[in-house]
Amino acid sequence: MRDSRFVFALLLGVLTVLALLSHPAHADEEIRPRPAAPLSPGFRFTEATGEELFASACQGCHMPDGKGAIGAGTYPSLAQDSNLESGGYPVYVVVRGQRAMPPIGAMMTDAQVAAVVNYVRTHFGNQYQDAVSADDVKRVRPERYPR
Amino acid sequence: MQNQGKTGVSRRDLLSLVGSVAGSAAMVHAMTSLGFASESAYMGPIKLEGDAKSASVLILGAGLAGMTAALELRRAGYQVQVLEFNSRPGGRNWTLRGGDSFTELGGATQTCGFEQGLYLNPGPWRIPYHHRAVLDYCKRLGVTLEPFIQLNHNALLHASHAFDGKPQRIRDIKTDFQGHVSELLAKVTQQSKLDEAVSVQDKQMLLQAMQSWGALDKNYAYKANLISAEVRGYAKNPGGGLGAAPVAGEPIGLSDILQSQLWRYLRNFALHEFQTTMFQPVGGMDMIGKAFARQVGDLIRYDAKVTRIQQNDSGVTVSYVDAKAPGTPQLAKADWCVCTIPLSILSQIQIDVGPRMKAAIDAVPYTSSVKIGLQFKRRFWEEDEAIYGGISYTDLPIRQISYPSSDYNRTGRGVLLGAYVYGGANAYELTSMTPSDRVARAVELGSRLHPQYRAEFENGIAVAWHRVPFTLGCAGGWTEEMREQHYDNLCQIDGRIVLAGEHASYIPAWQEGAILSSLDAITRLHQRVVRT
Repeated sequence: MRDSRFVFALLLGVLTVLALLSHPAHADEEIRPRPAAPLSPGFRFTEATGEELFASACQGCHMPDGKGAIGAGTYPSLAQDSNLESGGYPVYVVVRGQRAMPPIGAMMTDAQVAAVVNYVRTHFGNQYQDAVSADDVKRVRPERYPR
Repeated sequence: MQNQGKTGVSRRDLLSLVGSVAGSAAMVHAMTSLGFASESAYMGPIKLEGDAKSASVLILGAGLAGMTAALELRRAGYQVQVLEFNSRPGGRNWTLRGGDSFTELGGATQTCGFEQGLYLNPGPWRIPYHHRAVLDYCKRLGVTLEPFIQLNHNALLHASHAFDGKPQRIRDIKTDFQGHVSELLAKVTQQSKLDEAVSVQDKQMLLQAMQSWGALDKNYAYKANLISAEVRGYAKNPGGGLGAAPVAGEPIGLSDILQSQLWRYLRNFALHEFQTTMFQPVGGMDMIGKAFARQVGDLIRYDAKVTRIQQNDSGVTVSYVDAKAPGTPQLAKADWCVCTIPLSILSQIQIDVGPRMKAAIDAVPYTSSVKIGLQFKRRFWEEDEAIYGGISYTDLPIRQISYPSSDYNRTGRGVLLGAYVYGGANAYELTSMTPSDRVARAVELGSRLHPQYRAEFENGIAVAWHRVPFTLGCAGGWTEEMREQHYDNLCQIDGRIVLAGEHASYIPAWQEGAILSSLDAITRLHQRVVRT
């Protein structure tokens, strides 16, 4: 069971990487065939790497290029974002949510939250090399999730 | 053993047995329902009596909350103006039809390819019979309703890892589950294991009731016979002439049902908010928004993006820009303000309110939700499978397939709701995809319930609510803890500003919540005006 899940996750990972490699950030109308993006089998995210998690969770609002979007309100850009300088801040926001942003980290393990935070802090023009750890995530978890 | 018989299996134990079956995880609950049921507190048409003193009210947002306020406040003698971000009335009360185009955040534009008369309601799509305010406004505004089918016994329940992935009929799962549980209960009743909990007189009645409710035979057994077939349906339906005798089908075993977890979906037909009768407006949910706009459309300034909300002792000043061509802010002024802007957006707007209301505005996360409409060449669900309206539930990421509750038994095209995902990882994953990928996934996954998808699919449209420019999310995702801390502070009048909308209600994500919240807000506002 463990093994098959791992293989499944690995497969999803490979598919996601392929998907990301094969299409650019502003991917709306390209015709190229792409492998399907992963869909988790349960309530929680099963993607493992920061890149996969970003592509499955964050980019829904912050967009594939991390630059956010503007409508009646704004999804803030994560590109070249000085707010990410301290790793504790994005960890807290992902775990606890902020304003209308849901506590999306409630659907991730500590390791997943650390992975996606580290990914964002080293991509999209961000170069913060001091990685956060799963323990850093654990420390900001609420005792009980609001659900 | 005797001792155990006395104290062992009491009614409570039986209930806890059922509870261990029905209890499951909060996850299941969150995935299968909105989970917030509430009786409407509608008291009938609002009466704003007393002198409005020609006071002016600026309403922000022309959704159902905003337009309810506009309608009733003008009627009560106020000078009303409304600012709306969109180019249309209704807000989340919204319908997409053939030719409509929708550009989501990120820039992807979809043009709906549905045939004339076919539509998708990306937001609200059904009205419970106890949502008396929505129903009353529909009546007053001339919106024609038709039944919305929530429970169709012939629709499907599907677990990808049970029954070899083969979908089951709701009537089979429902009847067989009920039959097996009745048989169990009858058995322990007969074995006198309930004697402590059930009196002698009740014992006989309980047995009769289980026989009737569970379709048990004279020995209180649930079996393949014409008694159970009367409820679950037949392997061969009764006919006419020679060879017409019905043949009973074989019930699905209790363990198979339990392990499949298909029982968990039965809740979607039992919940108060989903009980029959439910309604939908004929022709699309936006018939309600359009009907409101016929009354108050002259008051609405469209394409107005609010950028700042100020107040002082003498009035309210709201800055806004043209949503399509943002330039120099314009100002709108009034004595009072009813703000129905979703908290996802309001939390980003500079607003002069006290710290407690501001904290409440900032406290509520917005739920992720995705709906996908799919057009097919023919109504195969009716023609091939005798499914007329209703909803099939699945553990696949599409969660639901809803069949149209209108135009039954006709030839030609039809549109299914091919996915309705509310919360959970899948909502975010689908949101993160391009619209065409969402549609492609809905077709691929849905074909596991209906193989006809592959041959009959024509086109689709996908709305991910976190990509919707005017809400940045589906609805306010309150928890009890949040309500405890912030709800009253959100609803209090702060100086000259009062908030309204589904987020300021105990019926979040329902139109009834938006209207009741608005009626409550303007009632309190009016009392304050009359008093001063």
